[in-house]
Amino acid sequence: MSGSNIKSRYMTQKAAIALLATAVLLVVVPIILIIIYMIANGYSSLSWDFLTQAPAQAGKTGGILPAIIGTIYLMLGTIIFALPVGVTAGIYLSEYARNNWVTRLVNMAILNLAGVPSIVFGLFGLGVFVMTFNLGMSLIAASLTLASQALAMTITTSREAITAVPKEYREGSLAIGVSRWQTIRYVVLPQASPGILTGAILAMSRAAGETAPIIVVGAAFLVGGLPGSPFDRFMALPYHLYTVSAHIPGMPADIKWGVALVLIAMVLFFNILVTMVRFESRKR
Amino acid sequence: MNIADLVNEKNTGLPPKNAPVDGKLRLEQVNLYYGSFRAVKDLSLDIDTCSITAIIGPSGCGKSSMLRLFNRMNDLIASARVEGLVEFDGVDIYQAGVDVVELRKRVGMVFQKPNPFPMSIYDNVAFGPRRHGIRNKRALDEIVEKSLVQAALWDEVKDKLDQSGLSISGGQQQRLCIARVLAVEPEVILMDEPCSALDPIATLKIEDLMRTLTSTYTIVIVTHNMQQAARVSDMTAFLMVDDDRSGTLVEYGATSEIFTNPKNQKTEDYITGRFG
Repeated sequence: MSGSNIKSRYMTQKAAIALLATAVLLVVVPIILIIIYMIANGYSSLSWDFLTQAPAQAGKTGGILPAIIGTIYLMLGTIIFALPVGVTAGIYLSEYARNNWVTRLVNMAILNLAGVPSIVFGLFGLGVFVMTFNLGMSLIAASLTLASQALAMTITTSREAITAVPKEYREGSLAIGVSRWQTIRYVVLPQASPGILTGAILAMSRAAGETAPIIVVGAAFLVGGLPGSPFDRFMALPYHLYTVSAHIPGMPADIKWGVALVLIAMVLFFNILVTMVRFESRKR
Repeated sequence: MNIADLVNEKNTGLPPKNAPVDGKLRLEQVNLYYGSFRAVKDLSLDIDTCSITAIIGPSGCGKSSMLRLFNRMNDLIASARVEGLVEFDGVDIYQAGVDVVELRKRVGMVFQKPNPFPMSIYDNVAFGPRRHGIRNKRALDEIVEKSLVQAALWDEVKDKLDQSGLSISGGQQQRLCIARVLAVEPEVILMDEPCSALDPIATLKIEDLMRTLTSTYTIVIVTHNMQQAARVSDMTAFLMVDDDRSGTLVEYGATSEIFTNPKNQKTEDYITGRFG
């Protein structure tokens, strides 16, 4: 009786572990397959020239340098606008806002902001930044548009990271006559910065991959040269990938995969950076 | 001298440092509410300059709430409300115009769980002075050394000031927290069960430290440990929960009196270990 009971429990345990392992495989295997498939198909297009030259013949030859640079500018532009606003809002929401219906409404709005389709942000950017603010179809309008979209993430991660700082630290500081703002500035923010940074870099890598909104506010398929000012139009990897895949007849397959590979590599690079930042901060 | 004369020119709403007033801290008919719940009621007592006052009583009787009246730490709780008079050097610290930050500089606090900041030992002690505007490296060095000496920690950490404040033992961490408070040169030190997370030897070190500090500082300590109250304090306040769940002051007097000749039957029951 008790023997079979133990045996059945043992079987249940084995089954549960098998189920969990299968779930992990289901997640990991497709990712690995995608990456292998991209490398296998795109590897042959990669070369120094591909990374350092401008496209020629509608992208069939030449390189993708302007798109790489454009995407880097976009990522930087996004974070320059989204991080300060995100951190400030995060500080306000976690440290100062009272828990009343206004705050709950704001938190709800931020949650919903994260769910708004990116093309809607594109239209918002076109209406507000391109037309109303008269920034034109430009790098800066696109950065602001992507920053609006990234806000939901930077605010949420900042707020969570700040809230997670133990109250003992705050009390220790306040109890020796340090003001509330100084406490936030010198005790809370240093503690919260790894979390804030993680959110910021994730927001950046998401901005790197956005296609729909930037088409509406200034990305172009072919631009002569690199953007010289924030008010220039620009190229970007995801839009370049979209065009060479869908709109240019006779495009060699390895070029499409090569563009995708470069984009993924950039995003991956930033994600590895996040992991390293986290690791470094945990060592302290 | 009236209160207006005592308020210093910086307009902090507080009296000048070490003003010549009888009684450093005073409570008069104080009630503290959290929302509609009255945590402590009708507290009245006087605390002398350069004395150690112990607040004892069973769990949940409002000892910590009472302690936090003196540096307005209850302000951090949105629903908290104070009625009655809480005086520091004869000035009502809950009246409009009192600079709470300045008050806490002069009425410092040490907590139950040692809470050094996750930074070096040096930076922990220098934290308060730096925030209060001292930038000079030599001046900071002096303050750090003096505070660590006062907190009886200097000899143990003088060779590793740049190590994390979290890397030392619990007892050392608590003395580091005391040094951090001493570095801003307060007049009063509030201690909220400072030894409850420490072993007996570390506890004795903190108690010795309190006895030395009492020559310059007024100390108020909340403790669960009655032997500790008997060992270190000059005065003892015994709190208990009343029928309506609010903490009340049952007896307040010289520690020697409270522990040898309590006037109230409840005090006697508590200190002889019949409950609590």
